[in-house]
Amino acid sequence: MTLFGHRVPMLASLLVWAALWEIAGQVHLSFLLPPLSSVFIAMVEIVPTPTFLSALWVTAKAFLIGNALSIAIGVPLGLLMGRSAIADRLFLLWVNLFLSAPLTALVPVIMVLFGLGQTTIVLTVILFAIWIIVLDTRAGVRAIAPSLVEMAFSFGASPLQAFWRIYFWAALPEILAGVRLGVIRAVKGVIIGQLLVTIVGFGALFQTYGSQFQMEEFWAALVILFAFAFALAEGLAWLERRVDYYAASRS
Amino acid sequence: MTVHAKTAVPEVAADAIVQVRDVSKSYAGGVHALDAISIGFQRGRLTSLLGPSGCGKTTLLKIIAGLLPATSGEVVVDRKVVSGPGPERAFVFQDFALMPWASVLANVGFGLEMRGVGKAEREEISRHYITEVGLSGFENKYPHELSGGMRQRVGLARALAVRADVLLMDEPFSAVDEQTRRKFQEDLIRLREKENKTFIFVTHSIEEAVYVSDSIVLLSPRPGRVSQVIAPDIPRGSDVDAIRRHPVYLDTVDAIWRGLKRYLD
Repeated sequence: MTLFGHRVPMLASLLVWAALWEIAGQVHLSFLLPPLSSVFIAMVEIVPTPTFLSALWVTAKAFLIGNALSIAIGVPLGLLMGRSAIADRLFLLWVNLFLSAPLTALVPVIMVLFGLGQTTIVLTVILFAIWIIVLDTRAGVRAIAPSLVEMAFSFGASPLQAFWRIYFWAALPEILAGVRLGVIRAVKGVIIGQLLVTIVGFGALFQTYGSQFQMEEFWAALVILFAFAFALAEGLAWLERRVDYYAASRS
Repeated sequence: MTVHAKTAVPEVAADAIVQVRDVSKSYAGGVHALDAISIGFQRGRLTSLLGPSGCGKTTLLKIIAGLLPATSGEVVVDRKVVSGPGPERAFVFQDFALMPWASVLANVGFGLEMRGVGKAEREEISRHYITEVGLSGFENKYPHELSGGMRQRVGLARALAVRADVLLMDEPFSAVDEQTRRKFQEDLIRLREKENKTFIFVTHSIEEAVYVSDSIVLLSPRPGRVSQVIAPDIPRGSDVDAIRRHPVYLDTVDAIWRGLKRYLD
């Protein structure tokens, strides 16, 4: 975009919105919306506090374990479903069902089964993240050129070698797309889990700040979380673009 | 002018390295692709499987490769009945079938890697065959950085690197442009003289088959049957350009065309 003959960088729009927020805050449009500058001040204040750091640690742990398990289970399951018609028949319906289901409603069920602990939060993360990983991996495997598979077998690859040397790499662009979408959903999962199940981590922060009308702190925690989720998604998108060069030339 | 043509289907010679014995192939759904095919492929010779589309020539090649099971009959390679792919056979694919995420060097070494050849030895052999097909300097390039012709050279180097006795080529030059195809055909003739291998070459181009082959197996379509085996007696000496002007070349092309014409429409 150009404005008055100058190239305007993409992030410039953020400045416009930041300015609008600041103005809305300064004119006291609503007590729910403090000026952006005070949100940043609150951010600097709350980040070094033990409350915030322990919340961050608890959240990050559940988030990372949940994502790791989603990938460790989701990718092999997707590879299997892409290859085996029987596995596909068995699982596809459920994967699609859970992908579109309102998962928040299921969280209390997990809570009843697994109690009010970190396990439930991790399971909530998996519940949110895994299905899109399975589905994208499956799509990736199904897009493999049949001749590439024939090539592997004709040169003596065992089924296991074909799996890791051909299927995995050929499906990698789709797997990474699935992981990126899964990670975004996992952010929702971890926060919803923390809010609904046990008031710990960021969920507890939002709960406390919200109920005590500490809006600066509330927004500060929210901005940090948004920025984190966005950075994570962008980082994975960058990784995805690095392998995308061969997605088109694969078949 | 003699065109050595035999209309009768010959018995499979006992000394043939690849023997196709009474092979039939039907697909689920009732498509009858091949019907009682019997052919012997002589060691050290280049034999083409030629026929119109739908005659099952690629199916037959994949059965020889062990990539497809025959419905009935058997394939014997080097006195062993084929039950799957084997180290004495290497395949060159029509669409190259290169791993797009791997370098030329890794692609050429894939077959060796599957056989458990160590990294250093694998790379040494791969480099040798990359040079052999005229791609030295491209070892670390990726397939998407190469032209179609160069990609097929990688596919060829990969097949040569495993040092199989039998090279199975499935319309290897059909996905490259005309100039490159001609160059490939000339290279194939030289390669044949240099490497003591048995080539089984699938093509739908009459000119290509006559140009490169010692012997041509004509298949009729639906279901595929051996309709004729032709061994054109064309000298392929030093001058590969002279082949296309040789009277036997021209007569053979003409004879095959007249034979195939009746299958069209």
